Amino acid sequence: MRAAVIQFPGSNCDRDMAVAIREVTGAETSMIWHRETGLPAGLDLIAVPGGFSYGDYLRSGAMAARSPVMQAVVAAAERGVPVLGVCNGFQILTEAGLLPGALMRNAGIRFVCREVKLTVENSQSIFTSRYSAGEEITIPVAHHDGNYFADDATLDRLEGEGRVAFRYAEDVNGSARNIAGILNDAGNVLGMMPHPERMIEAVQGGSDGRRMFEGLIREIA
Amino acid sequence: MKTRVFVTLKNGVLDPQGKAIHHALEGLGFRGVNDVRAGRLIEIEHEPGISTGELEDMCRKLLANMVIENFEIEQKG
Repeated sequence: MRAAVIQFPGSNCDRDMAVAIREVTGAETSMIWHRETGLPAGLDLIAVPGGFSYGDYLRSGAMAARSPVMQAVVAAAERGVPVLGVCNGFQILTEAGLLPGALMRNAGIRFVCREVKLTVENSQSIFTSRYSAGEEITIPVAHHDGNYFADDATLDRLEGEGRVAFRYAEDVNGSARNIAGILNDAGNVLGMMPHPERMIEAVQGGSDGRRMFEGLIREIA
Repeated sequence: MKTRVFVTLKNGVLDPQGKAIHHALEGLGFRGVNDVRAGRLIEIEHEPGISTGELEDMCRKLLANMVIENFEIEQKG
């Protein structure tokens, strides 16, 4: 298995993500700088990590979504390569048009940094096959702009097509229908605000994120 | 040539920052404020040859997120 983690100026979860991928999947994982125009051949997974890419100037994820490397990520996603965007990565994927909707300022204005309970809504995707539908898991969030917004027609379509992967079990940031993570229509792109890479072993306070990476090995390796 | 682009949230999109500003104004004792919406002003200095169409393209491709925002272009000589 081969994986790549994209690095932007201001990314800060890139190394955690690489450690999680290497530790859990054993994938050969390369770090790809935002100025690259191409990606290594034969990738099985691309991760767009959390952080504050380009200082979150203009809008969270807006500048990163227009960076050279993201053209290559979009092209790879369209070919079916699995893409996981976490936190700022989720914001970048919506700004790049790979996922619908937008992440707005948290409804309570405050930065939210704590563990939250999530309900697994879809356990059929390549990212969630090691979870059970309806299961409650604990994963930390750390964001200021995690308030998911999409128009009602889009929300209905996401729910109707089983593309809501995770929902907050409580109101965390004002997200529409408590959505915490969504899939694209082909199911190979997942964006989520909570950080599964920060919950891969007991020493981190829990390991509910580990199964996402274990599921990926089973589904794509 | 200078163009001003105003980026505002679409109607119906909740604006937590506008709400916080509204509350702060009330906290300062200002009465009669019914609602506050916060937006963004972007000033662009450019060659006169740039068309309105190109400026709109800039707005759609980067300056505004069309999922949640509208833009308005104001050109000055």
